[in-house]
Amino acid sequence: MALWQNLPFLLILLPLAASSGMLLLKKDAARRAALTIMGLEAAVSAAFLVCMAGFEGSYTYSMGHFPAPWGNEIRAGKLEAALAFCFAAVMFCSVLGGIRAIERDILPDRRNLYFIMCSLTLSALMAQVFTNDIFTGYVFLEIMTIAACALIAARNTGRALTAATRYMIMNLIGSGLFLLALSLLYGLTGHLLMSPARERIAALAAGGQYRQPLTVVVALTTIALGIKSALFPFHTWVPDAYSFSTPSSSAILSSLVSKGYIVLLLKLYYRVFSPEVLLATGAADVLFAFGAVGAVVGSLLAIRQVEIGRMIAYSSVAQIGYIYMAMGLGTGEGMLAAVFQLMAHTVVKALLFLAAGGLCDASGGHHAFRDLRGSYYRHPAAASAFILGAFSLIGIPFTAGFIVKLTYAQAAAAVGGGRMLILFFVLVAGTLMNAVYFGRTVITLFRARGDEIPGEPRWHGGAGFLVSCAFLAGATGLMGVTSDPVLQLLRRGLETFG
Amino acid sequence: MNLLIQNYEEACAVILFGIGFTTLLLHRNLLKKVIGFSMTDSAIYLFLAAKGYIAGKRAPILKEGITRAEAYVNPIPAGLVLTGIVVSVSVTALMLALTIRLYRRYHTLDIDEITRQARREEG
Repeated sequence: MALWQNLPFLLILLPLAASSGMLLLKKDAARRAALTIMGLEAAVSAAFLVCMAGFEGSYTYSMGHFPAPWGNEIRAGKLEAALAFCFAAVMFCSVLGGIRAIERDILPDRRNLYFIMCSLTLSALMAQVFTNDIFTGYVFLEIMTIAACALIAARNTGRALTAATRYMIMNLIGSGLFLLALSLLYGLTGHLLMSPARERIAALAAGGQYRQPLTVVVALTTIALGIKSALFPFHTWVPDAYSFSTPSSSAILSSLVSKGYIVLLLKLYYRVFSPEVLLATGAADVLFAFGAVGAVVGSLLAIRQVEIGRMIAYSSVAQIGYIYMAMGLGTGEGMLAAVFQLMAHTVVKALLFLAAGGLCDASGGHHAFRDLRGSYYRHPAAASAFILGAFSLIGIPFTAGFIVKLTYAQAAAAVGGGRMLILFFVLVAGTLMNAVYFGRTVITLFRARGDEIPGEPRWHGGAGFLVSCAFLAGATGLMGVTSDPVLQLLRRGLETFG
Repeated sequence: MNLLIQNYEEACAVILFGIGFTTLLLHRNLLKKVIGFSMTDSAIYLFLAAKGYIAGKRAPILKEGITRAEAYVNPIPAGLVLTGIVVSVSVTALMLALTIRLYRRYHTLDIDEITRQARREEG
């Protein structure tokens, strides 16, 4: 085994160990340490991606050298490497871009705890990406839930606290259902590692045994992770949790935490229940239907909002709906579209939340659209970043969103029939509605209040904000302009993912 | 019916899960929500422990020189239950901490009332 193949383990361990170490540091040192760790994590995952691009297939890494049915495993392939890099880089940008807001929103004696929670979230994300063991997945899922709850509650306002409580209650329901599914699955298969469990499930499905318990397990995992990743109709905790927390927290929650759960679900679908079992139990149809309804209803609700944060939150619900809809197609092309949408949304949503935070800062801390009028003139950098993100979600060419729509259309055309028509309808309706509410917001940014002379352009938020916005905006553009290598990498990664 | 009596541990676990789940979901009192969550998790641990026990087999500790694997039960379900308990203890602590902070601020445990006051506070 080559030395670089130890990197996934390092990616999980580094932030986990650092978060315990940071407890001892004072707040300024903790901030520096957190940013260093996250930068390092992004660099290491980039190096791992480079190594993995030259490696054929995927490999498993057994912890403590216990052979397969026992012990704990990490498994890495091209898809995992790409996801890890995407998550680590966006995490770094989210924290760096919101650092001024963190200093304003969070009490000084709590700040080092905030950075510890960010670091724990990153570790849990990496574990979700790389683990090959269902119970390890569960443990890190709980760590991620607790850390995310602390990220919301860190802003010490009444609304943030109630949002954190509601978030926790919904997520606890999800965790309980997931644990139940896990124990049923262990009872059925006798394995917690994904690959041996898959063999047992294939044997059970071939023999036609335990059909009902198997369906129950699939349904429970889907609902549990659907609740946690804000699939419609379990999205009720989303708007408060995303709009009352500090911009970094909103960015981390919507771009990263919800994606971590989806990655775990993808893994369970691919590695434990094979796609054939999913189609046989009807789970794929249910996902498709819920995703399609979520994509439409999320956009409809977003149109009705009068505050920028809540609008972006409902837009997240719609985008998560798109991911589930593509997963529900049950084809390779559909999965490719889902994974590309997942990565594109990770980048774009972080950009939008950071930019919106900057715009609100420049407008005296107000979130309502009427107070944001003409804010382009007050903070041109944030407004430009927001406009690029909005363009991507609408699906304008040369942005990541356009390629998303293109891969969705291709996946739909390959499926044909009624599903193709539904998917085309949702794509067109979603694009129109996105154009309505993002278009309206962009116009608001340029339309100064009648009695107000557009003031001098100012650069708020500091260098960190500008650097992360520039990086995320660049990534959005790059994924739109040179999408072929990315799609190629993801396609080859998906081939060896199962 | 006979099936239920034979598998009384599992049946009991499912009933407890149902009670805990509805309490967590429908009750407005935050403390009762925490209790409901604890019940849900305990029900799952009961379920797992019941699944992991086989009548007539021993706990997996080598004693009296018996080395046949068939004489012992599988230790993994018990290990899972222990890990699960650790997780639920920390989550309960977090929920209680949030509840205390909300109670200090609003002097009530009713989540709807808290939300109402928080909205008013913001104006």
